[in-house]
Amino acid sequence: MQIDFKHKQSAHCENGVSSNLFTYYGINLSEPMIFGIGSGLFFSHLPFLKVNHIPVTSFRPLPGIIFKRAARRLGFKMKKKRYSDPYRAMSELDKKLEEGTPVGMLVGVYNLTYFPKPYRFHFNAHNLVVHGKEEDNYLISDPIMETPTSLTSKELRRVRYAKGVFAPNGHMYWAEKIPKQVNLEEAIIQGIQQTAKDMLTIPVPLVGVKGIKFLAKRIRKYPKKLGERKAGQYLGQVVRSQEEIGTGGAGFRYMYAAFLQEAADILKQPFLRDLATEMTAIGDLWRDFAVETARIVKKRSRLENPYDGVADMLLVIAEKETQVFQKLRKLKKI
Amino acid sequence: MKKNEVPQDDANMLEGKFREPCYALDENGNYTTIRSVGWEPKNIIMQDAWDVVNDRIEEVKQEVINGRLSPIAYYMEKNLMDTKILASYIGLWRFTVKKHLKMKVFDKLTDDVLNKYADTFDIKLETLKNKELF
Repeated sequence: MQIDFKHKQSAHCENGVSSNLFTYYGINLSEPMIFGIGSGLFFSHLPFLKVNHIPVTSFRPLPGIIFKRAARRLGFKMKKKRYSDPYRAMSELDKKLEEGTPVGMLVGVYNLTYFPKPYRFHFNAHNLVVHGKEEDNYLISDPIMETPTSLTSKELRRVRYAKGVFAPNGHMYWAEKIPKQVNLEEAIIQGIQQTAKDMLTIPVPLVGVKGIKFLAKRIRKYPKKLGERKAGQYLGQVVRSQEEIGTGGAGFRYMYAAFLQEAADILKQPFLRDLATEMTAIGDLWRDFAVETARIVKKRSRLENPYDGVADMLLVIAEKETQVFQKLRKLKKI
Repeated sequence: MKKNEVPQDDANMLEGKFREPCYALDENGNYTTIRSVGWEPKNIIMQDAWDVVNDRIEEVKQEVINGRLSPIAYYMEKNLMDTKILASYIGLWRFTVKKHLKMKVFDKLTDDVLNKYADTFDIKLETLKNKELF
């Protein structure tokens, strides 16, 4: 059996699954719109939380949050479930598919057979939609892929029960209540206000624009504290979170600019278009930071003090982002 | 970034399985997406991260050949795991798994236990038992 589900590729899996699922229920929104409404833009640097012995830097909130916020602001009610028994998790999935409901789920990417090897590591918060079953093959809409794909029941069970941080435990979700009409203006404004607030006012030095400044301060100490090899790895990890699958470039900054452009038209507030231009310029600065970091990793930097150099770049970015979010914070409905 | 500036630096990181959408501006200054096969700075940084991993796998391989560490240690590294992740896959305590990384302990393990490891690493029981490393 197969549900008539439209697959569309997106940069980020969580936006993509949301966008594809909502579109299935007749609410057609682009990836940047989901990202903006779900307040997807963020920054955090957590030196005490290490993955593969390297501190975590993230350009987005915790997995699942963008989807949750977007669904709530658009008026969807989602049902979530986890199962301790893998076989039950599969039979419950089959039941939902029989009813004709497309089902979203969390999986680990390490054993996703269709993924390219260099990107397969133990990351367990990847999202995809199952929209049918033919004999032993499940039809998969994975937003990262250009076209729909499939997995055997054994393969799917394996990735649904990946272990480690954020182990999915068969987590799956589907829409229970579909909104009759959506107040898009209100949803956009709520999304923007929360992003601006989170970037500017959370009283912790590790997150928002303060987090960017904090990272800059840490980076200056890297070469002395860690030695050349490790310092390069730590710095490189920042760029990996910024550019690896799913950000659409420059740590979501370009995607957010795209959202501001769309929002400007819908809210009829042209100043958002100017802010989109500023956000694009900020994205370009993040890309420059990545270029310089790659030079450092390759030991080709021409800067006198390379680590101070990239730290200074981050301070400029933090300053510019502060200005943009201060303006966004004043956004009101007209 | 403009549409025509979206980099297409292929280092086979995506193995031709898909291209990644990048957000960029079109001729009229409106955002659109362009699929990209890669970007050099990112390729360099990813390659560097993989070099570190591969060096580590090679180190452990030598330790196994020298008889200090067990093949489980090798396959753990090869699958990018640590004892924490591996223990949760096998369903044993972390300190038990740590013991299994020693060759002396490994030699005494039952087929039952070894089977769990082989399953997790997606290799044959015989491969693990014969201490084949590939």
